[in-house]
Amino acid sequence: MTAQGIYLDNNATTRVDPEVLAEMLPLFTEQFGNPSSMHGFGAAVGGKIEWARKQVQALLGAAHDSEIVFTSGGTESDNTAILSVLEAYPKKKSIVTSVVEHPAVLALCDYLEKKRGYTVHRIGVDNRGNLDLDAYKAALGPDVAIVSIMWANNETGTIFPIEELAQLAKAAGAVFHTDAVQAVGKIPMTLATSAVDMLSLSGHKLHAPKGIGALYVKRGLRFRPMLRGGHQERSRRAGTENAPGIVGLGAAAQLALMHMTDENTRVKALRDKLEQAILAAVPNCFVTGNPANRLPNTCNVAFEYIEGEAILLLLNEAGIAASSGSACTSGSLEPSHVMRAMGVPYTAAHGATRFSLSRETTEEEIDRVIAVVPGIIAKLRSLSPYWSQAGAPKEFAPVYS
Amino acid sequence: MWNYTDKVKEHFFNPKNAGALDEANAVGEVGSITCGDALKLMMKVNPDSQVIEDAKFQTFGCGSAIASSSALTEMIIGKTVDEALAVTNRDIAEYLGGLPPEKMHCSVMGAEALRAAIANFKGEEWVDDHEEGELVCKCFGIDAAMIERAVTVNSLTTLEEVTHYTKAGGSCQTCHEKIEEVLEAVLAKTGALAPPKSHAPGTVGLDAIKPLAPKAEAAPAKLTNVQRMQKIMFAIEELRPQIQRDGGDVELVDIDGKDIYVRLTGACSGCSQSAGTMMGVQAKLVEALGEFVRVKPASLLPVGA
Ligand SMILES: Cc1ncc(COP(=O)(O)O)c(C=O)c1O
Ligand code: FES
Repeated sequence: MTAQGIYLDNNATTRVDPEVLAEMLPLFTEQFGNPSSMHGFGAAVGGKIEWARKQVQALLGAAHDSEIVFTSGGTESDNTAILSVLEAYPKKKSIVTSVVEHPAVLALCDYLEKKRGYTVHRIGVDNRGNLDLDAYKAALGPDVAIVSIMWANNETGTIFPIEELAQLAKAAGAVFHTDAVQAVGKIPMTLATSAVDMLSLSGHKLHAPKGIGALYVKRGLRFRPMLRGGHQERSRRAGTENAPGIVGLGAAAQLALMHMTDENTRVKALRDKLEQAILAAVPNCFVTGNPANRLPNTCNVAFEYIEGEAILLLLNEAGIAASSGSACTSGSLEPSHVMRAMGVPYTAAHGATRFSLSRETTEEEIDRVIAVVPGIIAKLRSLSPYWSQAGAPKEFAPVYS
Repeated sequence: MWNYTDKVKEHFFNPKNAGALDEANAVGEVGSITCGDALKLMMKVNPDSQVIEDAKFQTFGCGSAIASSSALTEMIIGKTVDEALAVTNRDIAEYLGGLPPEKMHCSVMGAEALRAAIANFKGEEWVDDHEEGELVCKCFGIDAAMIERAVTVNSLTTLEEVTHYTKAGGSCQTCHEKIEEVLEAVLAKTGALAPPKSHAPGTVGLDAIKPLAPKAEAAPAKLTNVQRMQKIMFAIEELRPQIQRDGGDVELVDIDGKDIYVRLTGACSGCSQSAGTMMGVQAKLVEALGEFVRVKPASLLPVGA
C-alpha cells in the first residue's frame, strides 16, 4: 500500500517502476544528445535506443528488431496502423473492427466512415464479451483493407482469439492489426510465427512512462507514415526520438518479460480472491466479461441499482482507487459502450466497477478492499430508490424513462 | 476526477434527509435507470399553511446527483409550496458552490423532481419537457439537442450564429468541430446546406497556384573582396562536417585571385580519395561564387607569397 492508498486502476495507467526510472534518468542530463547527430553525445543515445528496441522485440517475440517503431503511445500506434494500411491499399474501402474497441480505434473508424466514405464493419459480442465469429467471417471480403481487433479488452479483460482472427484475415487478403495495449506484458507472444501484421502497445500500461509506445510492423508489410519529416525510425515515424521514454519502455519490456509468470500466478490469485470475496459478500452483483478467458489482473463487477461514480467516490474516501464504466465518470450520458455491447442491463451497467491489479498489488491491500466494499455498496443502496429497505430491488417507475 | 466543491462533497458523503418519508403527501419521481440518474422526492406539506414541513429523497446517481438531492431537501424545508416553486436548478447549483458543466443536469433533475412533487400535491399532472443529448460545449454546458433546436427554430446556418444564439463555442472554441457536425446534420436534413465557401479576399485556392516561372539569369553582381572571401570561408565551413565524418578535415589557407589554396588533413591527406575531395571543394566554391576558381593544395602555394 503506497502513501496515496491502494491502487487498483492499473488498466488506466501504472506506476513507473523505479528500475525503469533509474534507466531513464541519465538520458535527461548526461546522455542528452540527439541520436541523429554525428558525435559521441548522439551515438551513446542511439545505442541505448537500439538496446530498447531489442527488449521490445523480445517481449513481443518478434523476428527482427527493425519491426518495432517507437511512437507516442497506444493511440498514435492505432491511428498510424489504420491510416497506413488505408493509404497503402487505396482501392479497398472497408474496415473490420469490433464494437468494444478503445476509442483510439473506434473514434477514428467513425471519422473515416463519416468523412472519408469508408465502410466500417463493427463486429458484435455476446453477453460474455466474446466476439461473434460468424459475423466476423461474413464481414471479411476482398474490399477489406484492414482488420483492427483488440487483443484484450481494457474494461473487462476479455481476450479475443487473435491468432485465429489474424489467420482468417490473412486468408481474406486483409492486413491484421491488433490493439494489444492491455495484453502486452500479460500474455506471452511470439509474433515471429504469428499471422498478426501490426500490433500497438503503450508504455504506461506496463510500468513505463506515459507518452511512449510502439507499433509492430511485420517485415515486408507496406507502410505509409503518419508523421512525415526527418528520417527517424527509418522514416516510419519522423520527429526527434523521445529517448528517455524509449529507454524506459525498453527497461519496462525487460521487466515485464521477467514478471510475466508472476502476473499469471500470484496476481491472478489475488484477483480471484478479491472477486470471490465480493461476490460472496454483496448481493445482486455479477462479473462482466468472460471470467474463463481474460487478463489475469482484471476484474469487473457490476453492482445493481447503484451508480459507478458514487462507488468510486466512496472507495476513494477509503483510500482505494478503481474505475467505472459508468456514464457519469466520463461526462457522457450513456454507460460504457463495452457494457452496452454485452447487453448488460442498465440496472447494472451504471454500477460496473473495474478493479485492475498489477505486480505491485499485495495481499494486505486486497484484504483491505474486501473489508471495505460491502459497506460502500450497502450505503449507496440505502439511498437508491430502486432498492427497498428490505435489501432487495423494488418497483420504481419514474416519470421519464 | 471531477473538481467537486467541498459543499458537494459534504452533501455526498453525509447526505441530509436521505431515505423514505412514509407520511409524504407530495411525491415527485424523475429520471430513469437508463439515463444513469433517478430521483424520488418525498415531501410532507401542511394542507392548510402549504408549508413543506419535511422532505426526504432517494437517489440513484453519481456524487453530484446525490448532493443535489440532499441540497434540494435542505433548501425547501420550511418554504411554502409557492415559494419552493421559485427554486431553480441554478439555485441548487449555487447552493452547492457550483457544479461542473457536465453535471448541471443533476441540478436540473432536482428542480424537476420538485415540480413533479408539487404537481402531485396539487393533483395536477406533471409533464416532462426534459431532453438531453451529448454535451457539445463544455464551457457553457450546451448539448446537441439544444443546438439542434436553436438551429431549426431560428434557421441558423453558420457556427457564428450558433454561438450568438446559444453561446456554444464562444469560449475556448475547442468544440467548434462538434458544433459544425451538429449544424451540418440539421442542415442536411432541412436541405439548407450552406453554399460552398469561396476563398477569402486576397487569398487563392490550391488550384490557382501556378508553377513558378523560371528565374531569368541575372548577371551576378560583382562581389567585393571581403564578400568574396566570406563566401569562400562559409562554403568551406559547410563542407567540413561531411569531410570530418570520413575522419578528415579541410582548412582554407589562402586566396590568390582564381587560385584557392586549402589544406586537407587527417584521413583525407594523401588518401586515394584526396583528389576527389579537392574536386568536391572546387565544385562547391564554383557554385557558391558563381565564377570559375581553381582549388589547389596548400603545398602548391608559391613560396614567399
Ligand atoms: C485498449 C487500449 N488501447 C489504447 C489505449 C490508449 O493508449 P495511450 O493512452 O498510450 O494513447 C488504451 C489506454 O488508454 C487502451 O486501454
Ligand atoms: S467547449 Fe465550447 S467554447 Fe469551450
